[in-house]
Amino acid sequence: MDADTIIETVNLTKKYKKYEAVSDLNLKVKEGEVFGFLGPNGAGKTTTLLMLLGLSQPTSGSAEICGLDPLRKAKEVKRVVGYLPENVGFYGDLDAVQSLEYVASLNGIQKSKIAEKTEELLELVGITKDAHKKIGAFSRGMKQRLGIAEVLIKEPSILFLDELTLGLDPEGALRLIDLIHSLNRDRKITVLLCSHNLHQVQKISNRVGIMINGKMIAEGSIESLAKEKFGLGEKEYSLEEIYMKYFQEV
Amino acid sequence: MSGLFAVFRKELCDHFSSYRFVILFALIAMVSFITSYMAGLHMKENLEALAKTRFPFLMLFSSQGALFSMIQFVAFFGPLIGLILGFDSINRERAQGTLIKLVSQPIYRDAVINGKFLAGVATISVLLVSVVLVISGFGLAIVGVVPEIEEIWRLLIYILISIFYISFWLGISILFSILFKGIATSALASVALWIFLSFFISLGAEVAANAVAPQDSKSQTKPELFVKNMRIKETVSLSSPMVLYSKATETIINPMRKTTGSFIMMGPMEELLSSRFKNPLSLGQSMIVVFPHMTTLIAITLICFAISYLVFIKQEIRT
Repeated sequence: MDADTIIETVNLTKKYKKYEAVSDLNLKVKEGEVFGFLGPNGAGKTTTLLMLLGLSQPTSGSAEICGLDPLRKAKEVKRVVGYLPENVGFYGDLDAVQSLEYVASLNGIQKSKIAEKTEELLELVGITKDAHKKIGAFSRGMKQRLGIAEVLIKEPSILFLDELTLGLDPEGALRLIDLIHSLNRDRKITVLLCSHNLHQVQKISNRVGIMINGKMIAEGSIESLAKEKFGLGEKEYSLEEIYMKYFQEV
Repeated sequence: MSGLFAVFRKELCDHFSSYRFVILFALIAMVSFITSYMAGLHMKENLEALAKTRFPFLMLFSSQGALFSMIQFVAFFGPLIGLILGFDSINRERAQGTLIKLVSQPIYRDAVINGKFLAGVATISVLLVSVVLVISGFGLAIVGVVPEIEEIWRLLIYILISIFYISFWLGISILFSILFKGIATSALASVALWIFLSFFISLGAEVAANAVAPQDSKSQTKPELFVKNMRIKETVSLSSPMVLYSKATETIINPMRKTTGSFIMMGPMEELLSSRFKNPLSLGQSMIVVFPHMTTLIAITLICFAISYLVFIKQEIRT
C-alpha cells in the first residue's frame, strides 16, 4: 500500500451462491480525494462498501482501509470510516440532539464532549433551529443532513456516502453536495461517493470509477476517461457522456 | 463495552416509555392484585379457623383466588411479556433502516443483540420484582402475617425462575425477529409457538401416552399400564416450558409439595387426614426436587439466546 493510499482492494470478490456481485475489484483511493463510485443499480457498489466496512465477508481477495483489514479489525475500521447508507434510518421518536447523543455514545465519545460536538455539528449541517424537533417530522433533506452530522461525530478520516442526494429537490441536493465538498476541502476527509447523479459527482470528484455487473470497467480522472473514450479534442465531455459510452459498450 | 451499554440503555428507555409495555404492565399488575386480594381474603377466613399454618405468606402466591393463583397466572400469561418485548426487536430496526446504522458504528455486532436481550431481561426483572413486592405489601396488610426468612428466599428463587421462564420467550421472539423480515410474521410465529408449547403439548402428551399405553375406561386398567401411561404423559409434557415452570415454581412456593408429580390419587378427606402427618420440605430439599426443571429451564433459555446470537452474527446486514 502506497503512503498516500487510504483505501485499497486487491482482487476483491463477493459471490452469492453462483451470482458474482463483485468480481476481482482492484481499487485505490488516495487520501484527501473525492472518488465518485458510479454504476447502475445492482452493479455491486453497496456490496463493495459493506466489504470495506467489514460488514460483509469477501469470498476472496483482500481490502485495506488506513492500513487495516476490515475483516479482522472491523471495529477499528468503523472508527475511521463514517458510512451513510442509501436509505438511512432514524428513530422517529427521538429529536436530532437525542439521536446525535445516541450515536456519540455508540462511538464511545466522552459525555463531557457530547453536548459541545452536537451543537457544533447541528450548526455545520444547518439544522440548529430544528434540534429539538422529533425526527419523525423531518423532511428527507433534513434527515440526510442529520445523517451527515451523525457520521461526522466520530471525526472520521473517510466518508462512504451511498446515494446521498437520492429523492432530494435540486436545491437541497446542491446544498448537500457543497457541504461534502467543504468537508473534503476543510477537514481533508476522503470521500467515496456512490451516486446516480453524474452531474453532482462531476462537480466534486477528483477521480471516478465505473462499475458494471460487479466489474470495475474504468477508473481515473474525468479528463483521462474522456481522452480514452473520445480521444484528444477541443470539446469537453460531461461525465454523463463518458459514462453512457462505457455503459453502451458493455 | 460502551456500545453494549449504549444499546442497553436505549432499549431499556424504549421499553419503559412504550405504550405497549405500560398497558401490559398495568394489566398484569391489576390481575395479580385482584388474584392476591381474592387469595388473601380466602386465606384470612381459613387462617382464623386454624391453630397454626406453616408458610401462610407464600399462600398468597399459590392459593387460587377467583380463577387462578399468581403463579398459574404468570405461567400462562408471563410468556406474553417476553414475546411483546422482543417480537420486533431486530426486524423493526431493519425495516426502519437503523440496523445498518447501528452496525456501522465502532461496536461489535454482538453488542446489538446482547444489549437488546439484556434490556429485555432487565425489564422483565423490574416488572416481576415490582409485582411481587406489591402483592407482598398488599398481603401483609390483609393477612397480617410477617414472612419468615425462608419464605423470602423461596420468593426470591421464584422470581429468578420466573425471570428465566419469561426470558426464554423473549429469546424466542428475538430469534423470530431475526429470522423473519416481516414484523407481523415474527409476532404471529411467536404467538403460534407459545400456543403450541403451552397448550397443545399436554394434549399431545395424552395422545402419545394413550397410544403407547392405552387405558380402557370400561375394564379396569392394570396398575403397571396406568403408571406407564402417566409416566409417558409426564415425560412428553415436560417438553413444554410452561409445565417445567409450573412444576418448579409450585414446588418452591409450596413447601408441603414433596414431588413435582405424584401418581397417588386421594380424595379431599384422605388428603386432609394425611396432611396432619405431613412436614414441609426444607428449602434445600425443595431445590433438589426441582433442580432438573430449573436447570432445563435455564438451559433452554440460554440455548435459545445462543441460536439467536449465532444467526444474527452470521447474517449479512444491508439495511
